[in-house]
Amino acid sequence: MSRSDYEVIIGLEVHAELSTKTKIFCSCPTEFGGAPNTHTCPICMAMPGTLPVLNEKVVEYAVKAGLATNCEISRNSKNDRKNYYYPDLPKSYQISQFDQPLCEHGYVEIETEEGKKKIRLTRIHIEEDAGKLNHDDFGGGSLVDLNRAGVPLIEIVSEPDIRSAQEAEAYMRKLKSILEYIEVSDCKMQEGSLRADVNVSVKKKTDTKLGTRTEMKNMNSFRSIVRAIEYEVERQIDVLEDGGKIDQETLRWDDVSGKTFSMRDKEDAQDYRYFPDPDLVAIKLSEEYIENIKNTLPELPESRKQRYLEQYNLSEKDANIITASKYLSDLFESAIEVCNNPKAVNNWIISDISRILNETETEPIAIPFDGNQLGKLVVLIDKGTISSSIGKKVLEELFENPRDPEDIIKEKGWIQISDEGAIKEVVSKILEANPQSVADFRAGKDRALGFLVGQAMKETKGKANPKMLNEMFLEELKRGI
Amino acid sequence: MEITELTVHELQEKLKNKELTITEITKAYVNRINEKEKDVDAFVTTLTEEALQKAEELQSKMNSGEITGDFAGIPIGIKDNICTKGIKTTCSSRMLENFVSPYNATVMEKINSENLINLGKLNMDEFAMGSSTEYSYFKTTKNPWNLNKVPGGSSGGSAAAVAANMVPWALGSDTGGSIRQPASFCGVVGLKPTYGLISRYGLVAFASSLDQIGPITKDVKDCCMLLNLIAGHDEKDTTSEDMPKKDYTKCLKNDVKGLKIGVPKEFFGDGINQEVKTRLENIIEEYKNLGAEIEEFSLDIAQYALATYYIIACAEASSNLGRFDGIRYGYRTPEFSNLKELYKKSRSEGFGEEVKRRIILGTYVLSSGYYDAYYKKAQQVRTLVMNEFDKAFEKYDVILTPTAPTGAFDIGEKSNNPLEMYLADICTVSVNIAGLPAISIPVALNSEGMPVGMQLIGNRFKEETILNAAYTIEKKLKFREKYKPEFKGGAK
Repeated sequence: MSRSDYEVIIGLEVHAELSTKTKIFCSCPTEFGGAPNTHTCPICMAMPGTLPVLNEKVVEYAVKAGLATNCEISRNSKNDRKNYYYPDLPKSYQISQFDQPLCEHGYVEIETEEGKKKIRLTRIHIEEDAGKLNHDDFGGGSLVDLNRAGVPLIEIVSEPDIRSAQEAEAYMRKLKSILEYIEVSDCKMQEGSLRADVNVSVKKKTDTKLGTRTEMKNMNSFRSIVRAIEYEVERQIDVLEDGGKIDQETLRWDDVSGKTFSMRDKEDAQDYRYFPDPDLVAIKLSEEYIENIKNTLPELPESRKQRYLEQYNLSEKDANIITASKYLSDLFESAIEVCNNPKAVNNWIISDISRILNETETEPIAIPFDGNQLGKLVVLIDKGTISSSIGKKVLEELFENPRDPEDIIKEKGWIQISDEGAIKEVVSKILEANPQSVADFRAGKDRALGFLVGQAMKETKGKANPKMLNEMFLEELKRGI
Repeated sequence: MEITELTVHELQEKLKNKELTITEITKAYVNRINEKEKDVDAFVTTLTEEALQKAEELQSKMNSGEITGDFAGIPIGIKDNICTKGIKTTCSSRMLENFVSPYNATVMEKINSENLINLGKLNMDEFAMGSSTEYSYFKTTKNPWNLNKVPGGSSGGSAAAVAANMVPWALGSDTGGSIRQPASFCGVVGLKPTYGLISRYGLVAFASSLDQIGPITKDVKDCCMLLNLIAGHDEKDTTSEDMPKKDYTKCLKNDVKGLKIGVPKEFFGDGINQEVKTRLENIIEEYKNLGAEIEEFSLDIAQYALATYYIIACAEASSNLGRFDGIRYGYRTPEFSNLKELYKKSRSEGFGEEVKRRIILGTYVLSSGYYDAYYKKAQQVRTLVMNEFDKAFEKYDVILTPTAPTGAFDIGEKSNNPLEMYLADICTVSVNIAGLPAISIPVALNSEGMPVGMQLIGNRFKEETILNAAYTIEKKLKFREKYKPEFKGGAK
């Protein structure tokens, strides 16, 4: 059989760290980093006798996420214990939610080649993160760091509605974008604050029964999600084509070799012995509470995009790129407020800013300058104070060492030459030095004008006003005819 | 009268009238501990030196007027599963033999802020699992009435220390009867408050939905005073109830006229010792004479309470005790070759037999495939038990039962028979299942000269009703005036 006879079934369990100031069950800071075990207290270190107290912000953030993804919000919910032993789990159970999650039955829409597609969400529940094990370079064992233990997470579980690696990526990007918009998670994938467990299975299109799935845990970049799915799909089809069968197992994706490996330490199917946590009272949400959150929900990417299409006449493609990231979108809007030139700001974001982000593998959240600075840059060009080629240099400066663009051009001496006398001087000099080009132009070769302007720009280190240069060259050249 | 024979309210009176000083009181208790501890073995950790020093400090602060307060300088003993900062909290387990808590339990914060003097940490069944204090890793506490008999458990050290006048009062904890049954065996007063009345923060958890800290005292008035000290909402424990503070001494009216007392016949049936029944029937007559209305009724569901209790308690315990894994604190096996072995050996060596038995039982009932048949079913029965009690409290103010099916039994008599040991809780567990308050007070001696306790169960947060009913019969019976523990027998 050929590959096209197979259908790929993918489901994602996405974990997002919530950006609350304090942990889910104690008042320790959630801040990333910090010397090991400095963001801890008797509660998150699971000292005997301590008790958890649920951080209400966590519930609020999870409800926001639920509402933003079209979920039903449970009026009655509870916390359950998931029991297992590991040194990074100090209580030997994780407080999670089992059969009564906060949010259920939602969906998000993604763009596919065939158009819009709904990916259904099974549920969103709250839980606590575990600590981290560090290899001990001196003793050779492992050292436990509990700074991350008790950092609040939401787990967003999708239905197996995803049919390709590309759809998985689009879905993940969409979730990231939504979570950023509603400001419940900073979604820094490198720091692990957004990560996914990916479930993959394949089946023949003619089969009605789903195939056996494998799970790849803790994927924290779009690229590895795509590569891992593509690899795993190929591997599973190869196994089936060879008459083999797929084992239901947890796999580890190795980015370096580009392969998945079986995780041997998982012996049998774990029995987590879930049961309701008797230390915590049930979570009861009133209609009013949910309504209040609904009313404070910010504008979501989809509606911002629509607004950009209508209000600013952006192309669908550009509007998609800008609204995909809340940070880009916020940058766009605040820059427009300063310069009132949406087209120009759009161009800067789509071309130069996106290029630099790509080249330096930077997330939009890490853009060091703000909309005010970008807006001022556009104003300087619009006013003719600098040329757009100088503008590109100013942008690079903004990435390097963000400050007021006016200060940058003053400091660097990049202010455009618009003085008629000065321009005339340059034009004369260039005409004198390039008689051949002058002759070419007069012989009808219009391209020679471009060359002459280029030479003049070179001479002035790009500072000459290009419009004035153009006009003056034309004037001089035509005069001689 | 000896200083150590006085109740706390009597001590307060004498401190106020300057008949006694804090130092005199503390010295008297330290001497008593030094004299009796070798016979009774009530303490895991004694703090006699620290107590004397604290007494000096408090006395001079008292003299200079720097501190006032009704409880300053009153000694107390603390069950060794309540976390005390800087002092070992062992839960009478090898697992926590050298464990020093970095923080104070909320009840300890309250006690310290009132300047009480902690005389030491009291012995118990390991992790509060047991009914005789024989399951302590360190020592078996003896019953001051007869040193060959158990003091009950799991708060056996607390009850024995109060009975032996080694502390004027003590804190215990009660998950299935662990305050009331030892109080009954040792002839003292023990109260299991309503679930949610006392903060559990800092009580090393056995079964979170059942555990409750409570007072063990010489009389009912002291019980009210200690309850005043420790009760109240705590934002660190979300299962603690937020309600206005009460003064429980105010409910002591010495009057039960018109009080409706229900007597469930199931608590006077098979399995209850005939002598216990007879003694309690006399008390029921006394209550009638005092003007209470007595009625027998059926609390049929109670027969399922013990099974329900052991499923829920063990399930929660199996999860609560997971944190003792040899990683961060507590016992770690000296030799291991991998993580699994570290866990296995640390826990096998660090826990005693009874604790392991309950962890295994609890793990089993939560396992997939068994959850519905055991844990879920037990939770359903729990709801039925609650409903049945609710119904009873529509008719009665108080429910009267024996505290334990027998008086104190001999050391060694049941320690190798877990099922028989579990039956010692048959009268007390349903109270924890339903989250109700209940008090045990001594009402008589049996033919072996051992105390017999009566249990009064109240509706949720109606501690006052049972405290007053207990106080009234206490006044009538004068048990403390008539009988004293005699430290009979014993090998030493």
